[in-house]
Amino acid sequence: MESVGSIITYVIVVLAMIVFSVLAVTTRKILRAATYLLFTLFAAAAIYFMLDYEFLGAVQIAVYAGGIVVLFVFSILLTSKPGDNSEKLTSKSRVLGLIASVAMLGVAGWALISRCANFTARPQMEAPLMSDLGTALMGTGAGQYLLPFEAVSVLLLACIIGGVVIARRR
Amino acid sequence: MEITAIYYLIPSLIMFCCGVYGFITRKNMIAMLISLELMLNAVDVNFVVFNRFLFPGQMEGMFFTLFAIAIAAAETALAIAIIINIFRSTKNVDVSGLNEMKF
Repeated sequence: MESVGSIITYVIVVLAMIVFSVLAVTTRKILRAATYLLFTLFAAAAIYFMLDYEFLGAVQIAVYAGGIVVLFVFSILLTSKPGDNSEKLTSKSRVLGLIASVAMLGVAGWALISRCANFTARPQMEAPLMSDLGTALMGTGAGQYLLPFEAVSVLLLACIIGGVVIARRR
Repeated sequence: MEITAIYYLIPSLIMFCCGVYGFITRKNMIAMLISLELMLNAVDVNFVVFNRFLFPGQMEGMFFTLFAIAIAAAETALAIAIIINIFRSTKNVDVSGLNEMKF
């Protein structure tokens, strides 16, 4: 049984996530779409906090809200005039998109709800400590992640070099 | 009222479908990238929810999400570099107007 406060928090966060993600794909001003994306990412971070993964929520806010959305805003301001509207959707592409997304919603939603009985209430868990996270990230044993960690660092280096090379003025 | 896993999975499914809709209907490449971010983020939420509800005490889903966030950041940075480069040469970021290399 959940407390009333946690249910209210849950409803607010989930409503914000759904409403802002719908707005982010339907608004015609591109800068507003980026702002709504920011709010959606905040709602996802709030979900991570609600599920006791504080570190993940902090990473979500730092990387997504602090890094990616800023990149989006800069690139939007570089490539379009503020106040530009995107052109009106043709009814063909809108119908196509609606069919694809509603079909997907139907199929996946039916698959989820038909197995709804398998989902039990949230089990007890202590939030993972930072020391656990550190040893899991830096260890080489089973269930530890040193190799992907190093691979990601090489990937980020390649990404830096690639970004500089691609976006450089010739 | 018990908040089970389904109460988190359905909103993230809706978020994913919004991403699909935006990816199909949008013409601006940055808007398509925003829809892509929505889809990626919905998948991340799913990983975390399954980890928390089915395997509490383990951290596989959490680390998968952590690495997915890092890779999404790298991918977005590269995609935006490509978009800016395209904009510089064609003054246009709409996919419908980009057919120079096609034929």
